[in-house]
Amino acid sequence: MNVTVRLPAALRGLARGERAVVVELADPATVSTLLDALAQTLPAVERRIRDETGRQRRHVNVFVGEVNIRDGAGLEEALADGAEVYVIPAVSGGV
Amino acid sequence: MTVLLMIGTRKGLWIARGDDERRGWDLGEPHFLMQEIPACAIDTRGGTTRLLVGARSEHWGPSVFHSDDYGSTWNEPDGGAVRFPAEADAAVKAVWQLSPDTEARTGTVWAGTEPSALWRSDDHGETFALVDGLWDHPHRPTWKPGGGGQAIHTVLPHPADDEQVLVAMSTGGVYRTGDGGRSWTPSNTGIKAYFLPDPWPEYGQCVHKVARDAADPDRLFAQNHHGVYRSADGGSNWTSIAAGLPSDFGFPMVAHPSRGGTAWVVPLVADGERVPPAGRLAVWRTTDAGDSWSSASAGLPQDEFFASVLRDAFTADDVGDPTGLYLGARDGSVYASADEGESWSEIARHLPDILCLRAATVS
Repeated sequence: MNVTVRLPAALRGLARGERAVVVELADPATVSTLLDALAQTLPAVERRIRDETGRQRRHVNVFVGEVNIRDGAGLEEALADGAEVYVIPAVSGGV
Repeated sequence: MTVLLMIGTRKGLWIARGDDERRGWDLGEPHFLMQEIPACAIDTRGGTTRLLVGARSEHWGPSVFHSDDYGSTWNEPDGGAVRFPAEADAAVKAVWQLSPDTEARTGTVWAGTEPSALWRSDDHGETFALVDGLWDHPHRPTWKPGGGGQAIHTVLPHPADDEQVLVAMSTGGVYRTGDGGRSWTPSNTGIKAYFLPDPWPEYGQCVHKVARDAADPDRLFAQNHHGVYRSADGGSNWTSIAAGLPSDFGFPMVAHPSRGGTAWVVPLVADGERVPPAGRLAVWRTTDAGDSWSSASAGLPQDEFFASVLRDAFTADDVGDPTGLYLGARDGSVYASADEGESWSEIARHLPDILCLRAATVS
């Protein structure tokens, strides 16, 4: 199965300038297995979403479709074939 | 001769270049805009210049970046520069200190982080490995955060003995190793912790900054959370040198880079009043290893100045005699002195809070 990860401007430079990357995953898949895959292909992107304990960074939001995974199953949110995953910096992270 | 001044702030890094007299400064454009820069270093060992930055994005986390072209381009390893191993079950919040080792060990750079951990790089600051001996210290679970967080903010390798390294943290105090980092001993005898039931504990002091004397590596100076101290024996024992200062509270401690016995502090009124005395910014200097102090403030704000100076926002360059001094405040102003603090001029204003400064001669 394939899912599409849509990246914010701040991370595109770490993904060869791409606005979105398509990731092939084994079924069943979750956000966690997606990030495990990204850690292999785009590690500089993955570690900006999760810290080294594997936890989602506090001021990074991840949406599957329109669902903020913090309102769902967190990193264990399930992914269906063709899912669109959005990585968006939270407004709470401003300085 | 050009002196490069790295200015790390709450919202980015600026790299200023001084003219031949260190009087005029070109500030340049910001780097890492919107990222906090608690640590920076200019590593000129081995005949090359590498800039190092500990940057922290509120969104994307911390890392260490390096530049070999004076900041035109910045790099970090894909896998990250400073990351705890999985078994540590910890995440780096911020890099508070980047300290190049001695000239003889040109590839070695030390990093101090929040949470309190020491890291060593042997590839010129590109990747860092956790120093397990300190991370596994039985005291670590009882170290407590100071106001800014629980972090190692001082790393002092010994200039003549590669096995000796001193670190300091708020709170926790001073620790030393004599075996290259395998074992660590608290080194706080004589430093008061007035905020604890026992004010003379083995560890737990809130040391704000430690600096090593240029001529005698066993002589150290420390600015504490109330208390200014000197050690004559590498940190085994500390004695107060606060007499003669308007206050024993402050954050920075800067030692002259080449002349023994000379150091500077920037006193603030007190823990509960972290502003310069009487609203006048002043630097105090000793030339006799803390036996006496004198102030210098020509060119510094002398009226209604209420910004504090953080522990790494005061530094010396490597020009020699006279060495240049650089001081940044939390109101975003930066002052430079080309005559060892006798006179000062403002070289930047209205920047975000100044967190760290480092200066060095570059070609």
